Amino acid sequence: MEAAALATTVFYFDFDVSEFMASDRDVLAIHGRNLAANSSRRIRLEGHADERGTREYNLALGERRANSIRDYLVVNGASLSQIETVSYGEERPADTGQTEASYRLNRRVEIK
Amino acid sequence: MIKTLRNLAALALLLAQSVMAAELNIEITQGVDNPIPIAVVPFSWEGANALSEDVAAIVAADLQQVGEFRALPRGNMLSMPDEAAEVFFRDWRILAQDYVLVGKISHSPGSQLVQVQYEFFDVAREQKLVGEVLTGSMSQLRDIGHEISNVVYEQVTGIRGAFSTEILYVSAEFMSPELTYYRIEKSDYDGRRSQVLVESQEPLMSPTWSPDGSQVAYLSFETNLPRIYIQEIATGQRRQITDFPGINSSPVWSPDGTKLAMVLSKDGSPDVYVMDLMTNQLTRLTDHPRAETEPSWSADSRSVVFTSDRTGQPQIYQVGINGGFPERLTFDCFYCAKGRFLPDGKNLVHVRRDTREDNSYSIAIFNIETQRLITLTDTSLDESPSVAPNGSMIMFATKVNGKGVLDAVSIDGRVKFRLPSAQGDVREPSWSPFLN
Repeated sequence: MEAAALATTVFYFDFDVSEFMASDRDVLAIHGRNLAANSSRRIRLEGHADERGTREYNLALGERRANSIRDYLVVNGASLSQIETVSYGEERPADTGQTEASYRLNRRVEIK
Repeated sequence: MIKTLRNLAALALLLAQSVMAAELNIEITQGVDNPIPIAVVPFSWEGANALSEDVAAIVAADLQQVGEFRALPRGNMLSMPDEAAEVFFRDWRILAQDYVLVGKISHSPGSQLVQVQYEFFDVAREQKLVGEVLTGSMSQLRDIGHEISNVVYEQVTGIRGAFSTEILYVSAEFMSPELTYYRIEKSDYDGRRSQVLVESQEPLMSPTWSPDGSQVAYLSFETNLPRIYIQEIATGQRRQITDFPGINSSPVWSPDGTKLAMVLSKDGSPDVYVMDLMTNQLTRLTDHPRAETEPSWSADSRSVVFTSDRTGQPQIYQVGINGGFPERLTFDCFYCAKGRFLPDGKNLVHVRRDTREDNSYSIAIFNIETQRLITLTDTSLDESPSVAPNGSMIMFATKVNGKGVLDAVSIDGRVKFRLPSAQGDVREPSWSPFLN
């Protein structure tokens, strides 16, 4: 259970929403507790947006998504100093299509 | 009158770098209903070998690209004069031409340079409007052509021509899921003579001109974090100017060149700051827990327009450079962002999505005094509008068949042209100030 949770490192977001999905809460809590138990572990949260709208606003959106996950990891025991966040906005799509399915894959935060 | 074109050395340096740049090919996608008929007669050349550039064709292409002119096909010309003595107005009246441009190119005595003499005539009044001799090297014939276009355009429309201007843009060439080449490139306004200013395997964003055209500021992720850099165009010399935690983005020079507006999220959420480039001192312009981004200066450097989603969705606001309470400028849209004023300070160019349901992002102009709204584009993923320095056209990025292209539209929406890239995606155009 814990291994499977820790292997999940990509979290998807609804359109124009910067809070992670409720269904990811348990998995993220396990990530948070794992960080708490391994104080030397460092992670990077990379936030992304789909291509719709302006690029610079999408940078802000990606950061907000990364921060939403960061804050939940901290609530679950991780230390702020273990977590670096960065937003790539719409600059690094996981899928380059223009369909709703592609956009869904691009609205994401990756734990690295 | 003899003018010698400047930037000889800079031009040679730039041409040497031109190999890797994405080739952009202009297409006129929409012109006006009744363009002004003009005959641009092929310029004569006294030399034995053909010239590398057809100067008259460059002028004709310039004038047609902005949509207000229609150049007479050469095959329809009854005569091909190259100077005033050979111009018979009757020939051009028969062909219903309003204007005639003629010229001749010759070796400049005692040098490697060439001189281009041109004369411009009003057919109805049977009058020469202007004429001069421009001198430059063979490699500057294209610049000379654009300069002639500037003069002709201003003679007819009363508006300064922007044919000698350039654009910056970002290109992205996808090689594999692990490798994309990001480049900031510079080209003539029509996409010709493109060259790479900087290349990276990490994203590059937001290229913007210094007001004197000598430097470019942009965002690079080369350190794996978004940071702002300033680069000297002629030398390629660059320096990193920000290293704050979080987002460092959206650099824009103040019109007087002394300050750089930018977005920093170091205090928790993105806000607009101004950096004094002499002292590096930061002034905070906005202070709000939501996102404030995409600053743009008013022409008088006294206020900044920005995007904020403090009411939930992005809208456009304006704030004085001493801070204070921002004034909201847009209301009647689901998503209004990336606002920038036309030179008149009243018409706000922006990216607009009218309703949540329509799901289409267009370039629009909103007059903040009359509340008149004009939507200029009908593609659906339009962004990054940039206004020509004469205020006549707006260049922006959009997607066509899944590929990033640069489009331009006149501010009345009547004229459109497109600069598709031969390889990769192009986006984030930034139109230069007047460079001559």
